[in-house]
Order: sequence, then C-alpha cells, then structure tokens
Amino acid sequence: MEHYSLTLHEALDQLDCGAVTSVALTESVLARIDAVEPQVQAYLALDREGALRQAEQADARRKNGQGGSLCGIPLAVKDVLCTTLMPTTCGSRILEHFVAPYDATVVTRLAQAGSVLLGKLAMDEFAMGSTSENCAFQTPNNPWKIGYVAGGSSGGSAAAVAADECFASLGTDTGGSIRQPASLCGTVGMKPTYGRVSRYGLVAFASSLDQVGPLTKDVRDCALMMNAISGHDPRDSTSINMEVPDFSGALQDGLQGVRIGVPKEYFGEGLDPEVDRVVRQGIAMLKEAGATIVEVSLPHTEYCVAVYYLIAPAEASSNLARFDGVRYGFRDRTADSLIDLYKRSRSQGFGDEVKRRILIGTYALSAGYYDAYYKKASQVRTLIKEDFAKAFTTCDLMVSPVCPTPAWKIGDKADDPLALYLSDILTLSANLAGVPGMSVPCGFHAQGLPIGMQLQSAHFNEAILLRAAYNLEQRAGIAGKKPLLV
Amino acid sequence: MKITQEEVQHVAKLARLDLTAAEVERMTGHLDAILSYAAKLDELDTTGVALTTHPQAVVNAFRDDEVQESLPRERALANAPEQNGESFVVPRII
Repeated sequence: MEHYSLTLHEALDQLDCGAVTSVALTESVLARIDAVEPQVQAYLALDREGALRQAEQADARRKNGQGGSLCGIPLAVKDVLCTTLMPTTCGSRILEHFVAPYDATVVTRLAQAGSVLLGKLAMDEFAMGSTSENCAFQTPNNPWKIGYVAGGSSGGSAAAVAADECFASLGTDTGGSIRQPASLCGTVGMKPTYGRVSRYGLVAFASSLDQVGPLTKDVRDCALMMNAISGHDPRDSTSINMEVPDFSGALQDGLQGVRIGVPKEYFGEGLDPEVDRVVRQGIAMLKEAGATIVEVSLPHTEYCVAVYYLIAPAEASSNLARFDGVRYGFRDRTADSLIDLYKRSRSQGFGDEVKRRILIGTYALSAGYYDAYYKKASQVRTLIKEDFAKAFTTCDLMVSPVCPTPAWKIGDKADDPLALYLSDILTLSANLAGVPGMSVPCGFHAQGLPIGMQLQSAHFNEAILLRAAYNLEQRAGIAGKKPLLV
Repeated sequence: MKITQEEVQHVAKLARLDLTAAEVERMTGHLDAILSYAAKLDELDTTGVALTTHPQAVVNAFRDDEVQESLPRERALANAPEQNGESFVVPRII
C-alpha cells in the first residue's frame, strides 16, 4: 500500500511509531499528484519545495518529541483562504497574482498543528457555483468519473481528497460548498456551526453564511481536522467564544438513545430515485445502530432557494465592492478617470457568475426594491431558522440526501443558472439557520458515482453528527473504496 | 415580472460594471428568471416577522481599546497595481 492512500489518522499512527517520515509521506503525495493531476485538475498552486521543507522541519520536531496534533501531515486548502507562501486567487482573474499579506487563521492553526501545506485547490470563482466550472483557470474533474463535475464550490478540495492528492483539505461552505462536492466525490465533509471556526483570512462571499470546514477520507479524520481548526479567534468577532469538545471522543459505537429526524420535505420532487434508495438504506443502517427514526418537517424548505439567492448575492455585492483595481488585483491601465478604472477593472476581472450575483444583489438592495427582496428574504430566513429550532425539539439530528442527483457531466447545466441554483435546495437551509451540516459517503449510484448522506444538528452539536456519521461509516462498509485513476 | 434591459443597465452602473450589449441581454433574461422565481416569497405573510441578518445573536464583540501591531505600510502596498511607496496611486480625481 502506497503512503498516499492512507487516511490521515493512519498516517499519524505510522508517524507516531516511526514507520514513516513526513518527508516520505510528502514525497508519496507529490508523486501521486504528478500521476493523477493531469486528469483531476484539483490544484491551482503546488509548493513542492515549501512542502518538503516543512516536512523536514516536522520530522525534526518529532525527533525531539515535539510537534502538534497533525505534525507532518501534508494537507491542502481551498484557494479562497489567504496564504503568505502562495498566491490566493479565489479562482478569479481579478486576483490572479495576489499574494496575501497575512495567513488565514485556519491556515495558521494547521501550521501550528504541524501540518505541511502542499498547495491551493480549485474552486468556483469567489466560491460562487455548484460545479467549480466557474473557476477562471481550470475545472476540477470528479475522480470517480473524469469528465464529470467534482461539485462546488469546493470542488478541488473534494477531488484532491478523493484522488489521494492530500490527506485532507479545507473548503468553505456558504450554501453547501463543502457538503455537495463531498457527496459527489465520496468524501466526508463538514460545515461547522456558524461561529465555530474563524473566518479571518477567508475572502468573504456572504459574511453571514460563510464557514470554513474540512473534507476528509473518513469520519475520524474529520474529527481530527475539526479539533485543529475550531475555536474562538479575537480577529473574527463572529467566532464564538465557547469550549471546543474533543471531537474524536464522539466516535462511539452505537446510537442508542439518539433520535434521528427525517425531514419529509427533503425527499420530494426532483430527487433521483437511486439517491433516494441509497439514503433510505443509510437511514436503515442508523436504525440498526440503535437510533430512533422520527419524521420531522421543515415547512419552509421550498422557500430556501429564493431566500438564499437574494441574501447571498446581496452580501456578495457589498463584499466584492472592494475589488476596484486600486489596492490589489487586476487593474485596467487604459482608464483615465477613477470611475472608469473601477468599471473596466471589475468588468474584465470578474467572470459571468460573479457579475450575475453582483447584479442580483445590487438589485435586491437598491432603492425601491429593498423591502420586496432583501427585507422579505431576511424575514423568511427567520421562519426557516424557526423550522430548525422546532425540529430539534423532537430529534437530535436530521438526515437527508445532500444533492438531489449524483455528479453530472461537465458543461451539462452550465447555461441555466436557475436550474443549478435549484440543485442546492437541500444544503442552503443549514447556512441560513447557521446550523452544522455534514456529508458522509452512503453508497453508490448504478453508474458508479458516490452518493452522500447529509446530517444536520442544532448549533454547536457537531459531536452528534460525527457520532452518527461514524456509525453509518462502520455499517456502510465503503470507507476504503477508491476511484480507479491512471 | 419582467426585468428590462434599462433596469439591468442601471444596476450595473450602481455596481460599477460595464456590460456589453450581449451581456445586458443575457443577464436581463437570467435576472428575470431568478427574480420571478424569488417572487414566490410573496406567498408568505411576514407581517411582524423579525429580520434575521446574522445566524448568531452576538452583540458588540468589543476588544479592549489598546494599540496593537498593524500591517506595515510596505506590505499593505505590496499588491497595489500602482503605488508610490506611501500611497495607492489612482487617476486624478480633482
């Protein structure tokens, strides 16, 4: 077995007992990247020398009996997280050569834990999209079927983990951008509770919805990554100052006494019959593990796409005002007035989807339309949040599909934005309500494409998600299954 | 509902975007589809419902008013398309 195919916790065990070095792990992963990257296209930047240097340092620290919880583990992060050692492009031409003056807090925390930063992963431009096709530089492929989407917006983060091009990665999730690619690529992915993980150094898309989280090869790895990145950060005033549990401790066998809700609205029209079948099999496995299954209702689910696609673009239109060709990023040098400079730089620097969302958001916030759109959406957001609070009085977590379908062909939905937005219906509400959500591999579609199960719980109860996910993983028996590449 | 090309051009101006004629046409269609869909929210009576603008009820996360290290000027200027060592340079405004 090659080193690159180990899970993160297996690699840690091997490092701990001296069976392998961080340099050997890093070299193995770099060789794997060389072999499969021409097909997968997950990396926007790769720092070979830097990674090997960090690996040597990690090995030296281990020799001295030092090193953090992830000492020597090669990881990669979505290119929306600021790094001083490599460019941060957000998948956009407007930031093509941008090198951040500081590291995102999550990047610092991974470094403090001793991990090795391999590179930056492909994504939809400014995290706007569900397929990563909106990346200005390349479209990552689904390792299970080249030519199919890896999902988005953290498509590179999911593809790299599924293809064994890193031991784990970080993504970000504003409306499903960790959970959906995790589901389509057959990896574990968690969007933590809003406020659990610092957003400092995460280039903002929609500030009331964005959250950083891990994509991993199994549930135990997810717990380890969650402990490495969680916790209050004085630099992010929306991060919450509360104790972070030992998430690995949550991975207990059995679900006795756990009430699992099945929201009936999440099994409605448009759900692929095989996705429905696989997820229902998964629910049966959770029941076998001892859980009590109850039906619950989230009555405002049908409104979440409309709410999200007003609120997220409204926040984006404001956040992306900073890209003006003055302080960083692309500048059109032919402009002779300041307004012209703004307009030309932004028009050439931003891609289609980003422009579309800026226009929707500006419209929803503009004079005369604010009440009808932004205000109305924010009120319905309250109703959605209340749905969740009510559901969690009768259950400890909820399970459902993540995405109504398995992965589709690259290019298939590229010309119909509304159709693509509607495919996000099962993941958007968690961001609107701020609750944690997770995707865990549950089974496979007849075409061989992975299907994930979504788990959602009340605020700050990621532990119950990990516990249920761990039990599903034990019973589904597919955790070691890998795509055939090369 | 019917979004007009003039409305799209007006919003583009507010957002400091220059759109080509083809872009205006395409975006008008897309915005019309998306905003027509959003009109679904009118089915709900939200009279008296509070707005949720943030998922957590955090109020005034202040820190102590102490001087802390800030980003050195040369690093703040390092990514500027044009700068003079002290400031960002832009076309003449006045």
